[in-house]
Amino acid sequence: MEDWDPSKPILEIENLSISFFTRLREIPAVMDFSCTVMAGEAMGLVGESGCGKSTVALAVMRDLGKTGRITGGSIRFKGRDLTRLSEEELRHIRGSEIAMIYQEPMASLNPAMKVGAQLAEVPVIHQNMAKAEAWALARQIVADVRLPDPDRILNAYPHQLSGGQQQRIVIAMALMAKPALLILDEPTTALDVTVEAGIVDLVKDLGAKYGTSMLFISHNLGLVLDVCDRICVMYSGEAVETGNVEEVFTSMRHPYTQALFRSIPLPGADKNARPLISIPGNFPLPHERPPGCNFGPRCDYFEKGRCDAADVPMETVPDAHRHESRCRKWREIDWQAPPKARIAKEKLPFGKVVLRMDDLKKYYSVSTGAFGGGSKKVVKANETLSFEAREGETLAIVGESGCGKSTFAKVLMGLETATSGQIMLFDENVQSTPIQKRGADTVSQVQMVFQNPFDTLNPSMTVGRQIIRALEVFRKGDNDADRQRMMLDLMDLVKLPRAFAERMPRQLSGGQKQRVGIARAFAGGAKVVVADEPVSALDVSVQAAVTDLLMDIQRENRTTLLFISHDLSIVRYLADRVMVMYLGHVVEMGTTEQVFSPPYHPYTEALLSAVPIADPTVVRKRIVLEGEIPSAMNPPPGCPFQTRCRWKVQVPGGLCDTELPPVRDLGEHHQIKCHLSAEVLATMEPVIKVAAE
Amino acid sequence: MLAFVLRRLGVMLLTALALTFIVFALTNLQPNLEKLAKSEASVRMSDDAVRAWLSENGYSGTMISRYGQWLGVLPGWTGATADGTATGRCVERGVAAEATPRFCGILQGDWGQSTVFKKPVLDMLGRALGHTGWLMLAVMLVMVPTALLIGVLAGMREGSKTDRVLSTAAIATTATPEYVSGVIFIALFASATAGISPLLVEWGWLTGRKTLFQGTATSAMDDITFWNFALPVMTIALYGIGYIARMTRASMTEVMTQQYIRTARLKGVGFGQVVMKHALRNALIAPFTVIMLQFPWLLNGVVIVETLFNYKGFGWTLVQAAGNNDIDMLLACSVVAVFVVLLTQLISDIGYVFLNPRIRLS
Repeated sequence: MEDWDPSKPILEIENLSISFFTRLREIPAVMDFSCTVMAGEAMGLVGESGCGKSTVALAVMRDLGKTGRITGGSIRFKGRDLTRLSEEELRHIRGSEIAMIYQEPMASLNPAMKVGAQLAEVPVIHQNMAKAEAWALARQIVADVRLPDPDRILNAYPHQLSGGQQQRIVIAMALMAKPALLILDEPTTALDVTVEAGIVDLVKDLGAKYGTSMLFISHNLGLVLDVCDRICVMYSGEAVETGNVEEVFTSMRHPYTQALFRSIPLPGADKNARPLISIPGNFPLPHERPPGCNFGPRCDYFEKGRCDAADVPMETVPDAHRHESRCRKWREIDWQAPPKARIAKEKLPFGKVVLRMDDLKKYYSVSTGAFGGGSKKVVKANETLSFEAREGETLAIVGESGCGKSTFAKVLMGLETATSGQIMLFDENVQSTPIQKRGADTVSQVQMVFQNPFDTLNPSMTVGRQIIRALEVFRKGDNDADRQRMMLDLMDLVKLPRAFAERMPRQLSGGQKQRVGIARAFAGGAKVVVADEPVSALDVSVQAAVTDLLMDIQRENRTTLLFISHDLSIVRYLADRVMVMYLGHVVEMGTTEQVFSPPYHPYTEALLSAVPIADPTVVRKRIVLEGEIPSAMNPPPGCPFQTRCRWKVQVPGGLCDTELPPVRDLGEHHQIKCHLSAEVLATMEPVIKVAAE
Repeated sequence: MLAFVLRRLGVMLLTALALTFIVFALTNLQPNLEKLAKSEASVRMSDDAVRAWLSENGYSGTMISRYGQWLGVLPGWTGATADGTATGRCVERGVAAEATPRFCGILQGDWGQSTVFKKPVLDMLGRALGHTGWLMLAVMLVMVPTALLIGVLAGMREGSKTDRVLSTAAIATTATPEYVSGVIFIALFASATAGISPLLVEWGWLTGRKTLFQGTATSAMDDITFWNFALPVMTIALYGIGYIARMTRASMTEVMTQQYIRTARLKGVGFGQVVMKHALRNALIAPFTVIMLQFPWLLNGVVIVETLFNYKGFGWTLVQAAGNNDIDMLLACSVVAVFVVLLTQLISDIGYVFLNPRIRLS
């Protein structure tokens, strides 16, 4: 290892093949995968779930479990082939030379060990450091990852920290031994956008500071653009395109990469004029891959007899920096041509008011002690919520976790009752009626589409039976035959083949399950549908299809859609009006254009700037919010956002510290809860600018 | 913490009240009392005589009032025999009428008189609990470490040979009830004519006594030795070992698949350290509750084993009382059982909070 030359690649993967062995068969997870990471370089590994990107990462760590095996190729780290190392040699490399950061920070920290002990363990193992010294180093690294009050944090248990803090600790743990290579497996997927922005900044800075190379695994193209120098796009176990990030983003040379970019909502996409294009078909199962090009059956440029004839090799694209593509036809395809299948849809006017909330409040009281004692505290989950939603309208509710958007959905559904205020649904006050006491009519009119399609379907009931069950509950149909017919109609509505009615949920993919969830929600002819992050658990290419489906059904049924999301890109794409929430307060509300362009509420501004955008032509102002979201149990006095607001100094008289700002109307029903004067608001610049081409 | 314990103690008292009332009512049913009258006075009594005996001995009041008297919140019944001597619940021979207390229930420390043993219940129960205490202690000392060790060894590498062997053994022991394993043990180790003892004697490995272990634990009441105590302890522990080991294994295998174990592994921590430092504490959280639940369960096993090995502890006393319609004794036994169950639950809840930093009880 001493004779390693820094000008050579840190990590060199060549023709790597990995298979998992089950009792039935060998399942190839990764085939013929090659990539090179130079010193100090950040390599992005992008693809949908199941494409094998995490498997590659685990193969580098040589931690594939009992069933996984490397069946071919080599992984060279600083010139040493990792596939040939013994368990003991690997142990010395893990944690000290190569470190890994995982998706779920909470799950990757030991819940019964203090944070400091977990950090200090690394140098104790690898450098035989004395315990006190190791703790001192841990303290320094914790300060390095910009955590406040390192001493308190070192002595805390993981559950006492917030998600963002936990992820910083995981990063600190990876940095304890100053590794040469850092593998980040979806490090921010479980975090809020503003927290994500902070973590991404931190990772970039630390990479530069320590000269660490990075293998950054993500499904978020915008994030990869932010962090990485190079990118490798994977599809179904193969690398399909690799190259410099800018080159791949602006002049991609593989149809899958192109399709991926067309299915994500970039600024400029619009649900009516320029709808997203989802990738048709489904991801092939590992043992059902087609012959030839894996992407062939879903590709617009597919040519029979050529694309499916033989395995496609990686070909180098000339006039570029190590840009390669795995496509037979990349030379012939006109990459600048606009997509064909884009059908613009007309925008429909909204109808009458369906749902109205007036001064809705929801408070919880909780106790703080370990044995139930301690002081009682009131959590103000929702504070004076007022709005209207019209027929056929999409109202997006945006905010980070803990802002009260899910509580709001629960109150509306009747799973909780409001503390005070009114919820009027078609002139009927449903505020204090819990769901058990609502009539089948009311229940069927307000329905919900849940975030996680994997957990919301009964695993032991066929899909058709579950929809029929919903029809029975909503008292639809006169007899079983009638309901059977209605069920099949619903399957048509959500564009699932009728034969799927006989299938069990486990036989369906995530996107198909979510369609069943949507079918169930619309079984009673719902008028108001609350969609709680309906696509956030799905892959990007499926997201577009499911969003489009929701839009189509809405257009047909004139449904009011309350779209709860933290993903501002998708909100900008499909919402008509947006409501931004922070700590239980609605801080801004208006049409999508009003909210997404200045003047902003300072929180909206920060939120917008935090969203990574997968478009190199977009210039984005970076505003990283300092500090944590205050606890809802102990909100700051005055304006809820004052602890993190960068505009606070512009308000005279310390008004933000003492007084809750009133709701102001900036014209045309654009409401904002802020003390900033009209003059200051007018000086705000747009966060996102599309550079002139 | 204090408030929580106090609240739990309050709930415990209420539960104990309700449960003892149920036991009281069941043991004081009319046919049961008639049986008592006949066994205490004369088997060939007429129905009228039985009724007379019952009212003379204070069994004619309502169930509630008798329960109150037993508890010591109502004054004990008083009466007089035909020859004018004062009788009553609280009357004792040799104590002057003025010195006789009005209340004499368990609250005053008067647990009644055992009809089988002809002694105060409290004396009998105290001695029996002392014996059982030693038995339980020995069982716990053998059972808990063995079970945890087996569970952790089996669970740290799921599906390995060690796991298969230990799991099979654990299932086998749990599937064998005490009355079966006890009999097998006696036949194997404590018989002078069967099992391995005659062999050992023949080979000259066993001198001074005829059997490897003693088949009765009666002598252990005065002096506990390995020889006379091993079999009863083993019989009870064996069942529990299998059960706790299964729980520990399940919890351990689950913990070993957790992400933080992978984190530790990929940090370069060796396997031994991963198990000891990272997995163990997390894996012990779930079995802790199970171990605590084993205490009341031990009372159960104790009944069989003490009878089998003729060890005059709590279980043996309970069997004697139940078999001979000894009402006061039965009631006292049930009070003890109720408190053992509730107390171990309390300890289990509090201990859980300390083991698991994430838990907050409310």
